[in-house]
Amino acid sequence: MLAVTDLHAYYGKSHILHGVNLRVGAGEIVSLLGRNGAGRSTTIKAIMGQVDKSGSVRFQGKEIGALEAYRVARCGLGYVPESRDIFPSLTVRQNLLLGQKRATQKGRWSMEDMFQLFPVLRERAEAPAGVMSGGEQQMLTLCRTLMGDPELVMIDEPTEGLAPKIVDLVAGLLEEMKNRGLSILLVEQKLTIALKISQRLYVMGHGQIVFEGKPDELLANEQVRKEWLEV
Amino acid sequence: MEFFAISMLNGLSYGLLLFLLSSGLTLIFSMMGVLNFAHASFYMLGAYFAYQLTGYLGFWPALVIAPLAVGVLGALTERWGLRTVHKYGHVAELLFTFGLFYLIEEVVHLIWGRAPVDYRVPAVLDFSAFTIFSTSYPAYRVFMMAVSVGMLLSLYLLLTRTRIGLIIQASLSHPHMVEALGHNVPRVFMLVFGGGCALAGLAGVIGGNAFVTEPGMAAAVGTIVFVVVVFGGMGSLAGAFIASLFFGAVQTFSVALDYSLLNLLDVFGVSVERTSGWYDVLSLSIAQMAPVLPYLLMVLMLVVRPTGLMGTRET
Ligand SMILES: Nc1ncnc2c1ncn2[C@@H]1O[C@H](COP(=O)(O)OP(=O)(O)OP(=O)(O)O)[C@@H](O)[C@H]1O
Ligand SMILES: [Mg+2]
Repeated sequence: MLAVTDLHAYYGKSHILHGVNLRVGAGEIVSLLGRNGAGRSTTIKAIMGQVDKSGSVRFQGKEIGALEAYRVARCGLGYVPESRDIFPSLTVRQNLLLGQKRATQKGRWSMEDMFQLFPVLRERAEAPAGVMSGGEQQMLTLCRTLMGDPELVMIDEPTEGLAPKIVDLVAGLLEEMKNRGLSILLVEQKLTIALKISQRLYVMGHGQIVFEGKPDELLANEQVRKEWLEV
Repeated sequence: MEFFAISMLNGLSYGLLLFLLSSGLTLIFSMMGVLNFAHASFYMLGAYFAYQLTGYLGFWPALVIAPLAVGVLGALTERWGLRTVHKYGHVAELLFTFGLFYLIEEVVHLIWGRAPVDYRVPAVLDFSAFTIFSTSYPAYRVFMMAVSVGMLLSLYLLLTRTRIGLIIQASLSHPHMVEALGHNVPRVFMLVFGGGCALAGLAGVIGGNAFVTEPGMAAAVGTIVFVVVVFGGMGSLAGAFIASLFFGAVQTFSVALDYSLLNLLDVFGVSVERTSGWYDVLSLSIAQMAPVLPYLLMVLMLVVRPTGLMGTRET
């Protein structure tokens, strides 16, 4: 469904990604792991078209490497950044509405679905999104992207800094997304939820993929975990 | 009292005019991070376009067409100028708008000459609206206020009640996120830039005939608008609003007040000898200081609050 080949990315003069290759199949949850600064966020920003890059990005059989970010999104790719970037002065409801690409868009997720999954969003619907807690903002960002009815969502460190109870909520939502037929590319630093919910994992180091395999293969491979994951 | 009432009204109408300019400048700045040096040039173009169109079609069509034409020019400037320069950073963008300022001034010189043009208040509005005590108040000033308030009210509704308004508001905080949600942010930038220029153009149409339409008007108004935006806090619409009205009043009152620091000292029973070295400075009247007063206030504000009245953004 998503195939990235020989991806190089640059911030000005600094060369960050050195030929990344990865694939996400239909209905799959794939995790991209690595330490701070490994280049995971840069990889999804490059796929999204928000960083200077070279290489090929194919999505649903179409080359999207040269498209502007909003066109990439319109192809059905969703992006939840690690900075969350909720619109603080707008209400929760308005944030969700802006997730839709057009005012009339009907997808597999409705505002009502979101409210049922996360009742707190309904309670806060008319409040400015900026006053919500970190966990609530994370729910809102995820839901906002879902309102655009993406086929594949790239999610950057959704559990960072959240309480264990909220982490379970997020993991639950990711599985619900998979059940509704979405593919997910999940960026994480810790193995916690990645091992539980993903079908395949990649490990990144210094702007390259250094491991690819199934959860049990990663568990068995102590050398990769020691060298590229554990601090 | 009479002086006070008239000055207050004049200050208000001038302040609203300033806000037509500073609101657009502020929106453009908060969205793109560019301080558009040529913003007041679009004000000047509005006045000249209206002058020209009034000759062919009359004032009322000019009131609508001139701002739209200025807005289209602004949008084209963003699309084919700024957007190309953008990738070289903010300094390049600033230099671009700087150059644009001189370019527009030269073009105005070429087409309309260096002397002021005879752009007049339309005859239908050239009467006295009402009389306060013994001074009559011109109807055109009332008309200016009505147009400004109407326009700003529509802008407010557009920003808060429509989908495009929400997209604009969202782009103020996180343009990359808005784009990642599938909205055409480059086009939103173009619309906001064009819209801001159209507001400046409208200010030129209604201000050019109330004041004067000449090639120096862009520089004169531009510096005041700059002061307003810095004083109010870069990027804050509310700050720009308060600062616009404040400087509207300052500009109108200061030219007419014949008091000096000497008078103030007098009130406290202090008198200064004519031979004292301080005498010349202390005897400067507010009216004499009027031209530097805005800059003085701006510098004071920056000393007290470096971000301006309501600014949050660091630059
Ligand atoms: N805007 C930027 N300008 C210049 N360099 C950057 C920028 N963003 C990231 N980098 C650099 O690129 C490298 C990869 O960063 P990236 O954000 O992709 O890492 P990451 O794997 O997501 O880790 P984390 O999110 O924990 O920081 C780092 O060395 C970082 O310093
Ligand atoms: Mg990251």
